[in-house]
Amino acid sequence: MKTERINVSRRDFLIHSTALGAGFSLGLYLPVASRAAFAADGAAAQTSPTPEVNAWVVIQADDTVIIRIARSEMGQGTLTGLAQMVAEELECDWSKVTTEYPTPGENLARDKVWRSFSTGGSQGIRGSHDYVRKGGAVARHMLIEAAAEKWDVPMAECSVASSVITHAPSGRTTTYGQVAALAAELFPPEHVELKDPKDWKLIGQPVKRLDTDDKLNGKQVFGADLQLPGMLNAAIKACPVFGGKLKSFDDTRVSKMPGVRKVVAVEEDAVAVVADSWWQAKTALEALPITWDEGPNKKVSSASIDQMLDEGLTSSDNVFVGNQNGDVNKALMGAVKKVEATYRYPFQNHATMEPMNATARWTKDKCEVWCPTQNGEAALEAAAEASGLPINQCDVYKIHLGGGFGRRGAFHDFVKQAVAIAKQLPGTPVKLLWTREEDMAHGHYHPITKCKLVGGFDDKGNLTGLHVRISGQSILASVRPQWLAENGADMITFQGFQADGDHAISYSIPNLLVEHAMRNPPVPPGFWRGVNINQNAIYMECFIDELAHAAAKDPLEFRRKLMANHPGSLAVLNAVAEKVGWGKPAAKGVHRGLAVVKTFASYVAACAEVSVDDSGKLKVHRIVAATDPGYAVNPQQIEAQVEGSFVFGLSALLYGECTIKDGAVEQSNFHDYPSMLIEEMPKVDVIVMPSGGFWGGIGEPTIAVAAPAVLNAIFAATGKRIRQFPLKGIDLRDA
Amino acid sequence: MHRDISIHHGVSCMTKLKINGKSVDIDVDDSTPLLWVLREQLGLTGTKYSCGIGLCGACTVHINGDAVRSCTVPVSSLDASQDIVTIEGLSAENNHPVQQAWKQLDVPQCGYCQPGMIMSVSALLKNNPNPSDADIDANVTNICRCGTFNRVRRGIHLAVEINQNPNNQDNKRGGA
Repeated sequence: MKTERINVSRRDFLIHSTALGAGFSLGLYLPVASRAAFAADGAAAQTSPTPEVNAWVVIQADDTVIIRIARSEMGQGTLTGLAQMVAEELECDWSKVTTEYPTPGENLARDKVWRSFSTGGSQGIRGSHDYVRKGGAVARHMLIEAAAEKWDVPMAECSVASSVITHAPSGRTTTYGQVAALAAELFPPEHVELKDPKDWKLIGQPVKRLDTDDKLNGKQVFGADLQLPGMLNAAIKACPVFGGKLKSFDDTRVSKMPGVRKVVAVEEDAVAVVADSWWQAKTALEALPITWDEGPNKKVSSASIDQMLDEGLTSSDNVFVGNQNGDVNKALMGAVKKVEATYRYPFQNHATMEPMNATARWTKDKCEVWCPTQNGEAALEAAAEASGLPINQCDVYKIHLGGGFGRRGAFHDFVKQAVAIAKQLPGTPVKLLWTREEDMAHGHYHPITKCKLVGGFDDKGNLTGLHVRISGQSILASVRPQWLAENGADMITFQGFQADGDHAISYSIPNLLVEHAMRNPPVPPGFWRGVNINQNAIYMECFIDELAHAAAKDPLEFRRKLMANHPGSLAVLNAVAEKVGWGKPAAKGVHRGLAVVKTFASYVAACAEVSVDDSGKLKVHRIVAATDPGYAVNPQQIEAQVEGSFVFGLSALLYGECTIKDGAVEQSNFHDYPSMLIEEMPKVDVIVMPSGGFWGGIGEPTIAVAAPAVLNAIFAATGKRIRQFPLKGIDLRDA
Repeated sequence: MHRDISIHHGVSCMTKLKINGKSVDIDVDDSTPLLWVLREQLGLTGTKYSCGIGLCGACTVHINGDAVRSCTVPVSSLDASQDIVTIEGLSAENNHPVQQAWKQLDVPQCGYCQPGMIMSVSALLKNNPNPSDADIDANVTNICRCGTFNRVRRGIHLAVEINQNPNNQDNKRGGA
């Protein structure tokens, strides 16, 4: 209980580690102002270290609470939500909370004390809620224990509220800031109790984001904005044909252009110009004669990929079963009525507003990278691989992302390129920034699939069988082959169709077969905000609408009947139906469509209200969307995510398609790959209905219901089923 | 295929510009867009690069009070007679009505498009102090991939209120 428990080695270690953190902050948050400080190696030593209470909490003498956040902030609000969860248990003064990112290198050196840095799959909150709350609770215990030691009173007589510790019997008070240094020397308790959710005071509150101020005045530094002393700038071009290689370039044509320092080959497939300014680098790159070895994919086109997928709709080769019950063949053979439809979903690019970028400095002993990343640890691995150095001689400093959407999580091609360039200019920091055109040409695209669905009814109009055959691209086969099932199946292909789990089907169908014919065209796929639920929700929810129509049933009633054993899905569906006034007439000319899914462990439903005028012009007037995420950490941020999800989901539905010609993506910028504007944005009524007992995701789920709700409403308006996307260029009027 | 660099490049340009109320001397190739002068010569990185062809609005600045997409304005077309304002110069203390409204409603998500969005909106309000939703639709054409549009719209209406009643504490309640 007393000072003999002080563990000197623990203290030394913590101070050392925190100093690293402080150095990182200098490099990250004020790159312009702190250039000089950063320039010298060991800049961290200039900052007097504040001892951390534990890995999650640092408290300064002025009561400022620094909460460490391992996941990345890319707009989704996780930074604030995670801080709320630590602060809930810490019982600190929320108005004095600030945050910082530990580096993945520190995480490695400290035996992964911050656990996963991966920020994808709507995991930020639901994947870390228990250990970050424990982090706050442990720190609280140590701070109170420190006060009790200082006063030489039993800890049980002390209480805390808003960073003020009180010893009621003597009337004494102190603050976290005054006992933090002492607390840092104590051993953490072996066990702490987390609060019962009903006692939460900060979790569940619509507090403001912690990261807004600098986003209003230009101070927020994104990767593209980073400036380091002596830094050079690089522009890059990789072979436009997927799988193609760099053959040669003629740098004599550009070497005398203003600012040009060096023209370098990058890995096997790209060339970069390094110059004083990025504009100079980009200008010279455009003038650089480059010869490519385009390789075998030169013959690949959208048409050839479609042929490949069409074959998979009926083939028995390389077909995997994702969910199965009953005997679907028998049910369909015996059906008195069958309905069949085939849908197609295209390649789509993430198109983050901030193009891909990374800054690297390489020496023979050290490689440092500054970059926007959804996964600092993966960025560190990429940096180590490209640097040729042991991983403990590398580190990555994370910077807020100008959009992630899955592009900056599993792929760190931009990091490897930046390191490959910096390696050719030892000691000089080089910032690599892609053009928008490069970003369009070298995405890791939303996978392409087609889906054939066949449903059968008995003579009483009951749905007796459903056969779903997906044909197309597997993300895992390309990105994470080690995550494929033993038989080679990519189970995330079946999001929304699975028997149980985070992406379970919302209906009970007596005879069901869901299959995937894996067909992998040579266009790199990737995780995209929503991953595979986006197209699977269209396939399932539009086809359910087709089945309801074929059975002459109301689409809400038809769904309800199949959802008796799926109360979570039923509850969100009922909530939107009630809020929108389903069954009562909409405004003149306005029609409604429904969609519901369970995805990323949350239950979500939407009802869209649309009109289609005589010229075929679509207007989405309103979307009512309900989400049951189990626990709602910050309802106003959930509202923002749900509203935003409809921009992402409807942009995909209206405009999102990358087509392939001669082995390359045809689109190059926002003129041929548009994104929705404010004039197209519907009103969104957000229902947040946390039912407790589980933790569901928020960033992605409602994207999935955007497109099918609108498509079903278009059908209600026009009688026309659209089964290929995007809607751009399709006449919505009934044929 | 390749441009003749002797014609289009290497023509240095000494220009005096007025940016955020200060006179600055610029020495760059005359084809350099204003965006890259701001970002790379002056360190004003609040003005963002995203599309480079004037479509997305992330690079919006004010020139003589009008919203202009700086990625398509060559520096050679400018001189000290124009008043150029960037996000860094919009207000002294982050307190332009649009910034206040944005803060109260927590408008930004990732925030990358927001300097351009704020510059577009503040120019709109200068020319049209109480825009209708149709005016907003016609004038705010910035791309936001996170999807902040509904809060942007509410933020514009709130900024109008703040403009009309700058001392009204009710405006400071925030609430999203």
